Order: sequence, then C-alpha cells, then structure tokens
Amino acid sequence: MSAPQTQRPLPPLPAKARGIVLPGDTSCPGCPIPIAFKVLASVFGDKMILVIPACCTSVILGTYPGQSLKAGVIHVPFASAAAVASGVAAALKMRGIEDVQVIAWAGDGGTADIGMATLSGAAERNEDIIYIMYDNEAYMNTGIQRSSATPQGAWTTTTPVLGKLEPKKDVAKIMIAHGVPYVATASIAYPHDFYQKLMKAKSIKGFRFIHLHAPCPPGWRFDPMYTVRIARLAVETGLWILYEYHNGKLMLSPPSQPYLDPSKRKPIEEYLKLQGRFRKITPELIKAIQQHVESNWEWIKKMMS
Amino acid sequence: MPMKIALTGNYAVAYAVKLAKPQVIAAYPITPQTPVVEKLSEFVESGELKAQMIRVESEHSALAACLGAALAGARVFTATSSQGLLYMHEIIHWASRVRAPMVMAVVSRTINAPWNIWPDHSDFLDQRDAGWVMAYAMDNQEAFDLTLQAFKISEDPEVYLPVMVGLEGFVLGHTAMPVEIPDEKDVDAWLGERRQPYVVDGSEPIGVGGLTWPEDTEDMFYGIQQAMERAKSAIKRVDAEYGKLFGRSYGGLIQCYRCEDAKYIAVSMGAWSGELMESVNMLRDEGYPIGVARIRFYRPFPHEDLWEVARSARAVFVFDRAISFGSWGQIYADLVAGLLLHTNKLPPVMDIVTGIAGVHVSAEDFYAMIKKLIEKVESGHNIGYFEWVRVRR
Repeated sequence: MSAPQTQRPLPPLPAKARGIVLPGDTSCPGCPIPIAFKVLASVFGDKMILVIPACCTSVILGTYPGQSLKAGVIHVPFASAAAVASGVAAALKMRGIEDVQVIAWAGDGGTADIGMATLSGAAERNEDIIYIMYDNEAYMNTGIQRSSATPQGAWTTTTPVLGKLEPKKDVAKIMIAHGVPYVATASIAYPHDFYQKLMKAKSIKGFRFIHLHAPCPPGWRFDPMYTVRIARLAVETGLWILYEYHNGKLMLSPPSQPYLDPSKRKPIEEYLKLQGRFRKITPELIKAIQQHVESNWEWIKKMMS
Repeated sequence: MPMKIALTGNYAVAYAVKLAKPQVIAAYPITPQTPVVEKLSEFVESGELKAQMIRVESEHSALAACLGAALAGARVFTATSSQGLLYMHEIIHWASRVRAPMVMAVVSRTINAPWNIWPDHSDFLDQRDAGWVMAYAMDNQEAFDLTLQAFKISEDPEVYLPVMVGLEGFVLGHTAMPVEIPDEKDVDAWLGERRQPYVVDGSEPIGVGGLTWPEDTEDMFYGIQQAMERAKSAIKRVDAEYGKLFGRSYGGLIQCYRCEDAKYIAVSMGAWSGELMESVNMLRDEGYPIGVARIRFYRPFPHEDLWEVARSARAVFVFDRAISFGSWGQIYADLVAGLLLHTNKLPPVMDIVTGIAGVHVSAEDFYAMIKKLIEKVESGHNIGYFEWVRVRR
C-alpha cells in the first residue's frame, strides 16, 4: 500500500497539548482516543470540562486518584452526557464563567443508542455545549458488541456469525435535522481538519456536534500500527465523508474534496481488507456497502447545492 | 416581612425554592408534581427568580442536568413523582456517591402499574438505599420549611449530601393551606452562599467519578455513612436555628405527639399522620394512653430518637404506607432493626401496612385499628407482627 498522500506539509498543531494530555493513560496500543485528545487540548488547553459517559475513555483516563488529562472531567452514567453537560454549561453561565468549554465526549453507544434521547433533547434546547461522538463503531469497552453505529457486514461479539445486517446509523444527519448551529464530521487521521472544526465550533454559540471517526485496533481486528491508515482509507474510499454544516449550508472539507469525483476514490475493498471484522464479507455485501457510499455522496451533493 | 398565604403543597415547595435562590432548575412534568415546575417556570420567566430553567426531555436528564450544574458550582433543584423518580434512579445514586449537594421534592404517587395517580409512600421509600438524606412532610407549612431547610442541610460541610423532601401528591400537593413565608432577607442571611465539597468549573484540573479500585471506592461509600451519622446533629441544629429565626421548630428527626405519658406508640410518616393524631385524640378521650412518633427524616434513620420514645412502651404500632413485597413495610424493618441496637427485649412491635395505592385511611379507621390492637395487648393476646389492612368503604 502506498503512503498516504498530502498536498502540502501541514504546520504542527499548537503545542499546548503537551501539559494537558499526560503520559500514562491506559488505552490499548493504537487507540485513536489519545490522538483526539491532543487535538482537543491544542484548541482548549486546560480550559475544558469533559463530560464522559460510560465508554472506553472512562477507563483510559486512568484510576483514582490519577488522571491522564489535565482538565475538568466529570464521569457520568451512560445515557446522561448531554444532560449533565447542559447543567454544567447552565451553572457556568450563571456564575459568569465564559472561558471554559463544556464538552460532552461520548462513544457511539452512548450517543447513537442509549444517549440518543438525551442528545436530541440537548440539541433541541440548543444547549451551549460541544458534543463529540467518537465513533469506534461498536461497544468496545464492554468487548466489541454491536451498536447502531456498527457498519453493515461487520463482525462483533453480538453479531458473531452473520455480521451486522443493517447499515450504520447516521447520527450527524440526525443532528442536522435538529437544526443546530453546527454539525461536522471529522477523522482522527486528519488532525488539522479536526482542529479547524473545533476552532470553528469554539467560535459558535449553542449546540455543536462533531462526529469523529475513530478506528479501534482490537475491535476492528487490525494491527495497532494501522489506526491512522485505516481512518485515512475510510476517507479516501469515500466511505467516511468529512464535512461541516453551518448556517444551513453543507461544506465539504478539504480532505474529502477530491473524492467528490468517484474516479478519485480508492476501492472500498482496500479499507475493508485490512480489518478482520470484515473477513467474512461477501461480494454482495461489498456491493451493498458501495451503494451506500454512492447514495451518501448523492446526499452530500444535494446538500451542497 | 413574613407573610401568610394560602398555598397548595406544590406551591409551598415552589415558594421555598424561590427563597433558596437556586441558579439552575431542571425538571420534567409528571402528575402530581407539575404545579411545582409550572410555578417555578413562572418565577423564572417573570424575573422573580434569577435561574436557568432547563426544561429537559426526561426525568433522567432532569437529575443529570442538576448533577452537572451542582458539580459546576450552582445551587440546584428538581422535583418529580413516582415513575419519574424511578426513571431518575440511576442518577439518584450517582449524585450522592459524588457528594453533590442538591435538593429534590418528591410529590409522592403510587408506583405503577396499573396506572394510578394517588399517593402512597412506595416511590419515596424505593430510594431508601441511595445515599440521600430523606425528609417527609406532614402538611404544607412543613413541606415549605423542609424544602428550605433541605438546602441548608445539603450544603452543610458536615453533610454534603443530596436531600429529598417528600410530600403526598394531591392530599398535600393540590390542597391549599395557610403557609407562612419568612422574609427574603432573613432567609438570605441564614442560608448564605452555595457551599459544596469541590467544584468542576475549569479553575483547576479535577476528575469526578472516574475508575476507582475497590478499596478507595469503599472508603468513599464509608464517607457517606459517616456523613449520614453527622447529618443527624446537622438536622437538629438546622431545625433549632430555623425555629429561633422563623418561629417553627419540629423537634428534629421525629416529631412526638402526646408521647410523654404514652404506653402505646404509633409510628408513621407523612400527611396521614394528621388523621393518626386525630385518632389519638379520640383514643385519649376514652382513656387509651397512646402517642404518635412521626418520622420526619427517614434517612438517616432516627433509631435513637425512636428508642427514647418506644423504650417504655407496652406496644409499638407502625403504620407503613408502602411495602417491600415478600417482607413488610420499610419503616417497620428499619424500626425493628434500629430498636434492636438498643435492647434485646423488644416490646411487641406490629406493622400495619395500609393506605396502599392511595386508599384513604381516615381518623376513624386508625381509631378502630388501634383500639382493637390495644385491647388485644391489654387482654394478654399476641398481636402478631404484621397485617395488611385493606380499608374499604
């Protein structure tokens, strides 16, 4: 496989992250979460309060009395992140604290499944928070069980023989339907793009939602050295489309722009074949996934025009 | 200036909350709690109360939002009933375990199914093991006073626990009585600024509720038990200073009615204690030496105070308005276990479970039940330990 292509070398992100994302977390080798945290920290420094429901990050941040993130962290029950974050934001507002960003940081299970009603409520109320769904496409902390964000065809421990039969739930689209001020998709393979989106989100008031694609080595069954490569392939195959939705307009993000042209997209097999969870995938299923990709791009084009 | 106005129990709670000046209120409507939230919304929208009102999409989120706001340094309040309380249950435990001071009103309603909106104590007592200080009112004035005091108790550094205040729906919730409301300035001076054990507001890095080894977790829970013990004196202190400032003191964790020379003690909690006291007057008129020990605080459980009242009794009758199916009433279980801490020679203690699902129990009903029991004891008969009395008329 050829090295990933970038048009021009990008400048390093601000180094604020160094004193914030500390060594000694308990993530698995190749975990995408600390990568994302470094981007978060380079935007907000220690002026952020993360509200974290049950998810991998509940464990990754380390055990009491230690914590590998030098910021405010509130661990909360599974279905409650957006509501707790709403309360934190309300309290900060009443107390006149304006330089601290409240961020709900939740996995796909805590967002697309058990946290969906809470998320929808907070979005409808246009709470002044940033909600980041880091999407590793299954319940990884409990041991790779299917979530509604698991893609079609993927093996999980609760879809052990047939693989998941249904397509992935598209939470970003659901958030767009809520009419919130800002919705974006992002990927841990494109930290600069994620950084820009966080900067943009920071400048906007109200409910902001970022759907962050985050490949999981043990859950997706790939070598930990390939985390970034697989996340990049998701974009390069057109499977994962990076965009922003703001002021009623959808803008395709620079890393995804080339793939508006289908001929530029890599075959989705390149993405699938690196992952053991798709080991038993059939040609029919690949076709179904391909069709899903096409219709997704059609939606993007429609939203852009 | 203090003023006296006619208020329903729900409005009495709302007026007390307004005086406590919470900065964040989050709530979800459920019968019979709704007027609490409606009145508070009115106070907030009219500018009488400067607070953020979060009109959440569920009770689970109501308490979750209160939890977040409390940890971030705000005084908070919510209210609910029955199914809503059950839906919150997960966060109820979480809130006490992270020692977040907050106040919640529980406008009691029977746990369903079947659909039933009438009050018993099943919803309130279902929260027994959750680490909240639990108070229960007998009338609207007490609902007001307890709600206001709950903020003081919750934010007492000796306590730092969430507090729930119960009152029966409809019977108190929708029934108006005269309620005296103290002067705002006096309340401000007495209640003071928000206090809490720690704050998550970006001023320093901090983690709350993260992964913790068993030994450290156990230490945290042990701290809740110790705080509960300290809460007993804090509750009495607050009751006494409230009495001195505002003219109403209830005697602490329990209230005794005609207990001084009583040979029989009836134990109860909540609004029907009024009917029970009325029946005691009727029985007293006939020469039966009976008094009432009314539980005002169910957690921490006032076993010392109850022992003082019950130690020389010929028999104790517990009126439970909820049941732990397969055993008996929750108050009975606590009382018997509590009394056994003080003696191995218990007087006969009988549990009468009644008024379940909102069935009305009148003073005459109490009178008849108690008279029968006393006559049994006096004639040397065994009264047994448990009876579910289904009142029908």
